[in-house]
Amino acid sequence: MATPGAGHEASHPSPAKYAAIAVILSVITAVEVWVVYVEALAGVLLPILAVLSITKFALVGMFYMHLKFDSRLFSAMFVGGIVLTVGIIIALMGLFQVFVD
Amino acid sequence: MSYAPAAGHPPAEHTTTGLNHRKLLMWVFLSSDCLFFGTLISTYLVYRGKSVVGPYPVDLLNIPYTTVSAFVLLMSSLTMVLALSAIQRGDLRGLRIWLFTTVLLGCVFLGGQVFEFTHFVQHGLTVKTNLFGSTFFALTGFHGLHVTVGVIWLLSLAGASFRGAVRQETSLDVELAGLYWHFVDIVWIVIFTVVYLVEAPNIV
Repeated sequence: MATPGAGHEASHPSPAKYAAIAVILSVITAVEVWVVYVEALAGVLLPILAVLSITKFALVGMFYMHLKFDSRLFSAMFVGGIVLTVGIIIALMGLFQVFVD
Repeated sequence: MSYAPAAGHPPAEHTTTGLNHRKLLMWVFLSSDCLFFGTLISTYLVYRGKSVVGPYPVDLLNIPYTTVSAFVLLMSSLTMVLALSAIQRGDLRGLRIWLFTTVLLGCVFLGGQVFEFTHFVQHGLTVKTNLFGSTFFALTGFHGLHVTVGVIWLLSLAGASFRGAVRQETSLDVELAGLYWHFVDIVWIVIFTVVYLVEAPNIV
């Protein structure tokens, strides 16, 4: 049997920190929308959007869903599902020749 | 081993994992729901740009409008986590205020989605029109369904709080609903990028 307390979450952030995360998320969203209208960034838009989107995803997961403070088993469970999902998306796109010009 | 739970948190569970199995089950469910949305996103991407008749995404998608919806859903995640924070401090009034605010924001998002769907149908895009219509409505429609379930869940929690069924000691009930709500939010973060931003004029 596992040690009692294994995976117990540390103290969650304060409401002020939650609000600070919300400000960061809002700023990233604004940047996402801004970059799609900048012609000079057209060639690198997809990687930029991917990084910004993953950052937002991670911030919500870590702080609002408390993965940063909870048991790593929860993180492993969720990240495992995400890795499997991304793998399936890439495999299906490859299968349907999306990457072929 | 000595163990002192943090204030507002339940003590460790006497389970084989040392974790609360309800919470573990919720994470297993969310992990499986990732796969569900993964298949819908795959389908959208596989058929992206393959519609042989219009209307096409560039004809209909309105990025500024959807940005507001995305912002509303992001803020609902903040209010949801503030509801959890309130009940973990034993603040029942705060819980109710933030829960109802989250429900309100969820309803605003859903209202925006209904308006968007109606607008698309009026402009000739239905689920049967073309591949864009089929994959778009399937993906965003199932997300909207998830938001609807979340709103009902949060309303039932708010109702239970008036019957005294939600207390500081049972804050896990709010935490589980919160996990589901935040998951719905992060799925929209992906959909917002994959469906809307990627269709911007500058993307090649």
